[in-house]
Amino acid sequence: MCTTCGCGIGQTRINGKSIQSHNHSDKPLNYRLLRQSPSHEHHPMPVNADHAPDTLHFGTGIAGTHAPGMSQARMVKIERDILAKNNSYAGENRRYLSEHGILALNLVSSPGSGKTTLLVKTIQALQNKLPIAVIEGDQQTDHDAARIRATGVPAIQINTGKGCHLDAHMVGHAMQQLSLQDNSLLFIENVGNLVCPSGFDLGEAHKVVILSVTEGEDKPLKYPDMFHAADLMLLNKCDLLPHLTFDVGLALEYAHRINPALPVIQISATQGSGMSAWIDWIKAECRHTPASK
Amino acid sequence: MHEMSLAENMLQLIEDAALEQQFAQVKTVWLEVGQLACVEKDSLRFYFDVVTRDSIAQQARLEIIEIPGQGMCKQCNQTVLIAAHYEACPHCGSYALQITQGDGMQIRELEVE
Repeated sequence: MCTTCGCGIGQTRINGKSIQSHNHSDKPLNYRLLRQSPSHEHHPMPVNADHAPDTLHFGTGIAGTHAPGMSQARMVKIERDILAKNNSYAGENRRYLSEHGILALNLVSSPGSGKTTLLVKTIQALQNKLPIAVIEGDQQTDHDAARIRATGVPAIQINTGKGCHLDAHMVGHAMQQLSLQDNSLLFIENVGNLVCPSGFDLGEAHKVVILSVTEGEDKPLKYPDMFHAADLMLLNKCDLLPHLTFDVGLALEYAHRINPALPVIQISATQGSGMSAWIDWIKAECRHTPASK
Repeated sequence: MHEMSLAENMLQLIEDAALEQQFAQVKTVWLEVGQLACVEKDSLRFYFDVVTRDSIAQQARLEIIEIPGQGMCKQCNQTVLIAAHYEACPHCGSYALQITQGDGMQIRELEVE
């Protein structure tokens, strides 16, 4: 069971191979074993023999001498961030990326906004200028990684199984397998989902949200967390605007209600319009990324 | 779906705290959830019940404390309460709000024995 993505045991796969689930046992959830601390070696917690052998039942209280009916209840202040574990993995990823001068961009959007086509076109525009690698996230199939590899750039596919987003731990594993080059560019294409990926830091420099004009103008209002978390918005499929009733001004107004400083670039990944502005944005970000020593 | 991940993370934090603070059963969990955090509270309750089955937090009561969303208006410099990211400053109508509170989630306290 992956603790951050909620997927089932062994369901997260990187290039078809399952990854070691992080910090939890292979046992099903209902057999969570509480590890004993060293100070408890001489006072093992009482175990109820009626239970399965790998289930500890702490029925009699930690003091051991606890009399029935007497409550040992006490308050414990812990004040811990629920996402702290993911964030610490994200911190490790960020440290690694920064030490190696790698710019990482996390591409997020609904399914079908054109992320993979955008990536392929972006890679074609940049691959002679700097080394590029890609981490692809999808629930199933390695179709997207295959499309990226066809450009000649290394790509790793993460299949999240039942999971709805990539987390920092999965991305850390994928980064290790990719053997990233120093002073390179890493694209992370998240699972197509405008909800959950917003809450999970992967260690990237920026989240780039892609909205396509075949969707509704009010997506930023309907899914505000993602537009709030993003540092750049790409409005894709703009070549289709003459055939649609999509109101660009309204979409931008809604996006800026959620994130007033959000820069927006209007593009068509298939036809090429606006792509030079996007490529320039990436190059400027690369220049702002300190080179590896 | 990601509420299940969050519930799993909560259980892990509780189990870590159990090791540090030496307790064997959790009776109540006080959880602070920001109004602007992307969390569905009913869904979180559901998954908390599911993932804590046969754990030290089995049947623990989950008390959710809602933390109001708060922002600083960059136009009129006032601190204002907002219930959603798309809300405008109630004083000047500007959307240029810097969120200052209510977009996180943390376990504040446990009642244990």
